[in-house]
Amino acid sequence: MNGFSFWAIWLRNGRVWKKNILATLIGNLGQPLLFLLAMGYGLGRDMAAVEGLSYLQFIAPGLVVSAVMYSAALETTYGSYTRLTVQKTYEAILMTPLGVVDLVLGEIVWGASKGMLAGVIMLVALPLFGVIPSPWVVFLLPVLFLSGMFFSAFGLIMTALAKNYDFFNYFTSLVITPLFLFSGIFFPVRTMAPPVRNLLEMLPLTPIVSLARILCYGRFGEPILLKILGSFLAAGCAVWLAGYLLRRRLIQ
Amino acid sequence: MGYSGVMIQAVSQTSISDDPNGQAVVSVTGLTKRFGERVVVDNISFAIPRGQCVGFLGPNGAGKTTCINMLLGLVEKSAGEIRIFDLEAPRFHREIKARIGVVPQADSLDPDLSVEENLRTYAGYFRIPRRIARGRVEELLHFFALYNRRDEIIEHLSGGQRRRLLLARALINEPQLLILDEPTIGLDPQARHLIWERLAILQAQGTTMLLTSHYLDEVARLSRQVLILDHGQVVVQGEPQQLITDLVGVEVFEVDGTAAELDALEASFKQCSATLERVGDKLYVYAREDCSRLVKVLGEARSWLRRPANLEDLFIQLTGRSLREA
Repeated sequence: MNGFSFWAIWLRNGRVWKKNILATLIGNLGQPLLFLLAMGYGLGRDMAAVEGLSYLQFIAPGLVVSAVMYSAALETTYGSYTRLTVQKTYEAILMTPLGVVDLVLGEIVWGASKGMLAGVIMLVALPLFGVIPSPWVVFLLPVLFLSGMFFSAFGLIMTALAKNYDFFNYFTSLVITPLFLFSGIFFPVRTMAPPVRNLLEMLPLTPIVSLARILCYGRFGEPILLKILGSFLAAGCAVWLAGYLLRRRLIQ
Repeated sequence: MGYSGVMIQAVSQTSISDDPNGQAVVSVTGLTKRFGERVVVDNISFAIPRGQCVGFLGPNGAGKTTCINMLLGLVEKSAGEIRIFDLEAPRFHREIKARIGVVPQADSLDPDLSVEENLRTYAGYFRIPRRIARGRVEELLHFFALYNRRDEIIEHLSGGQRRRLLLARALINEPQLLILDEPTIGLDPQARHLIWERLAILQAQGTTMLLTSHYLDEVARLSRQVLILDHGQVVVQGEPQQLITDLVGVEVFEVDGTAAELDALEASFKQCSATLERVGDKLYVYAREDCSRLVKVLGEARSWLRRPANLEDLFIQLTGRSLREA
């Protein structure tokens, strides 16, 4: 690694992305926006307030976070795997002064950036649904980026292990979809029975969803430091493991 | 600095490249690679003198690609020493790779980007300042006859144009060592000739090259030295024409005929210093001296051919005729 060498890889991905902007944005934002509409507006109209928020308000911050997760994780699975195998982009890059560390950081930071962009667009769209975030929401941005780092590193770990595209079905069905459903986006985790609650709070997305709700509405009811530290630690470990596994795959 | 301008410099560099004691750009000693029990590269030593093109030959699975990948740090060596530009590899791989250009066997261009964007993106990996990169991209587009395709997406390029772009991309950092892995694979004769012509210009400019190819006419044309690998070991190393004369002979007769006819011919050819080889209903005669006096004997054969001995004969002789399939 050599300072910000990985930036060249970020720029390369950005250059390609610019050509397919519309398709990727619709792909990444379609699902969370439709969920917000169907669950928040459709289902939520007739529901009692949850933790003092309308159901639409309750699920909105979590759906912002889910947009980050989907966008980051899909970029470093399907996207990175294509660059690794079909397009041989990594091979081409490793013939230059850039090394595996640059490659891994470039891909992960790129995935996190794409994730954060999806999250920001969701946030900007919230007022259309009548959800007005508090000024504290500014501090949500670094949290979204951190979550993007975790999920793009997680995706890259899967890419380093994948034998074909079908392998990612395990990842989406067994990791991403359960996280989407059980990380407190759609129901409050705090009121669950203690063993279930403890389990769900260990999931990597749960603290991010809580932080998003806290910062979105400026309601600081629960401790946040542990959530932030835990998320940092998880992201750090995932980045390290992605680097280790991708190096093992690329350098024989 | 235009490519035509660089040629003038090349004249003064020729003296260096002709000097047998000149500093080697690549020097490899005792290089070995094991994958578990399997030894893929077995104690190889060689050197590439500055300004020369060395042809790296061998059947599939001989260890050529593994060897090249060890030079580039893409495969970790099990033993041995690699020095490139007098720097130890892979320890200084970043510094080394900044001065190397690679034309890979498999197309690794960015399919979503245009011709020009591919070059600019690659320049970014070498941290070449934008202003300098812009100039080099212009030069390379001209040099490889891609100027009017600069905005084309890679998908729309022909095989020859893609190969030329891969070569242009490999030159974006003005490399002192160019590694060419099957640079003209799958191309039509026109496209191959254009690439050979450009490579010859680069050679005249003093670029050191390592060339692997299964097209032995290409290797004979471009390389001053060849190195034949088989089963992970160097079988032979030297100047191609000298090796052909020493190990194969001066000319080759290829004769078709029935077993009885060929038996009779074999007897006649014993009068001349030659090595004989029977493959099916074909007789190969590798003559070490002028065997013109035997031509009248051949007049009776169904069909025959007389040609100079070439690198392909040497290759087959040293590595055998059996197929190598992984």
